[in-house]
Amino acid sequence: MQIDTQPSLVDDARAPVAPFVRLERVDKAFTSKGARLKAVDNVTLDILPGEFVSIVGPSGCGKSTLMMMVSGLISASAGRIEIRGNDITAPFTDVGIIFQRDALLEWRTILDNVMLQIDVRGLSRRDYEPKARALLKQVGLAGFEDFHPWELSGGMRQRVSMCRALVHDPALLLMDEPFGALDALTREQMNLDLQHIWLQQRKTVLFITHSIWEAIFLADRVIVMSPRPGRIATEIRIDLPRPRKLAIRETAIFGDYTAQVRQQFQAFGLLVEH
Amino acid sequence: MSLDITNQPDASEPAPVTAREAPPAVYAIAAMIVLLLVWEGFVRFGKVSPLLLPAPSGIFAAIVEHFTLLLRMSVVTASEFLLGFGLAIVVGLPLGALIVFARPIRLAVYPLLVAFQTIPKAAVAPIFVVWLGAGMTSKVLIAFAISFFPIVIDTVIGLRSAQPETIYLVRSMGASALKVFWFVRFPAALPAIFGGLKVASTLAVVGAIVGEFVSADRGLGYLVLVANGELNTRLVFACVVMLTVLGTAFYGLIEVLEKLVVRQHVSARHQEGLGNDH
Repeated sequence: MQIDTQPSLVDDARAPVAPFVRLERVDKAFTSKGARLKAVDNVTLDILPGEFVSIVGPSGCGKSTLMMMVSGLISASAGRIEIRGNDITAPFTDVGIIFQRDALLEWRTILDNVMLQIDVRGLSRRDYEPKARALLKQVGLAGFEDFHPWELSGGMRQRVSMCRALVHDPALLLMDEPFGALDALTREQMNLDLQHIWLQQRKTVLFITHSIWEAIFLADRVIVMSPRPGRIATEIRIDLPRPRKLAIRETAIFGDYTAQVRQQFQAFGLLVEH
Repeated sequence: MSLDITNQPDASEPAPVTAREAPPAVYAIAAMIVLLLVWEGFVRFGKVSPLLLPAPSGIFAAIVEHFTLLLRMSVVTASEFLLGFGLAIVVGLPLGALIVFARPIRLAVYPLLVAFQTIPKAAVAPIFVVWLGAGMTSKVLIAFAISFFPIVIDTVIGLRSAQPETIYLVRSMGASALKVFWFVRFPAALPAIFGGLKVASTLAVVGAIVGEFVSADRGLGYLVLVANGELNTRLVFACVVMLTVLGTAFYGLIEVLEKLVVRQHVSARHQEGLGNDH
């Protein structure tokens, strides 16, 4: 196994790096049927450039809301969100987003779904089409460029949406339960694929998931959120060498990380054992 | 990277057709021929008065005999419902968009629209004629009034059908409201809009005929009344055949257009993904 030789930005306390994303006392409240409902409560979090941060938490804990606020697509009720030192008050566009639903456009071919990113931004198709084709090839979809989304399986569709999120080479990747709708086997493959791509490109990633093992397997840092209103309950630094193999899940140290997250969940009264 | 793609769709290979199965159209044509033969036999051997029910052969003879007249009347009626339908599109699509995107208009117009729709248009057709005269305008407007509602409603449904994730995604690419509309909302709305157009197309024909029934001096609806007054049942049926042909051609034209514009949607609805994992 190849050991990650690059000094981790997270660990190097002597050279403080300006955070890429900074959340400061961020709240989000919704009004529903006259009642004010707090979804996110006082979240403060820094994400460093090139860092892979997973957020894991129970359903409805506001982790998706948190991601949407980072993207600037919804606004915070209180607090500040900065990216590269700039306040986020409008959608942040140097980003690739992957949702649980692949959100492919059924009327566009696979290639054109990836190229949507280029078309909407008004970039040159000529410049980016080779890149789109290369990405599709990299995720095993060479030969499917002219197919339509309904001709592909769920895993293949989600790979297309991954290419769409990467084709314009964004600085930030936001992923909201991207593999949540896939079967276990496809999901593991997608985890490996994502790790592979991340090791090549080292983008800053905010990855939202329900899955404890997935959060640990991929991340430099796992943030555990409490049930609603979502607060940061605990933060676990994952010191595992990369590239990580699936078998790493069977190691004692991986088991320790899993136990930490599980115990935190059980402290919330979740995962009740009878 | 190892990826397992076991389910490669193969577009080069057409769906297997069993050798003994006839093309679909054959069934419909055969059924129609049988129906016409039964009808012909029933009239001939049952000694049915041609005043009550002419035989298909008699109707065909009437069509041949009055072909120029029928053609002239068809042009009139077709112009009426095409103009009415065109007007319904011109008014219905933007109105549907306004209802979706402009809240004040939605709140003000939607109840009115529903109330308007519950008025039986045939009952107010005479008023249109009083206002606009017995000429073509009143027929066009009746065809419009009867056909624009489904276009509005289906435009509204269609423009609301895009998934929120898709819209968020496109906005994260820096898209303005106009670009969201162009790249997502409008193409997503097309299948519903075409559904509305198809319903509206048949209603527009009804509207034109209703208008001609109230007061007219030309058109297939007018000819039906005249022929009926002369007890020329064969000509009445000939008119009905012409109307059916017109209506079918009109509907077919919209379907062809739909296939050209929203081919992908239609196939998406009929075809399941090959997914082993969803």
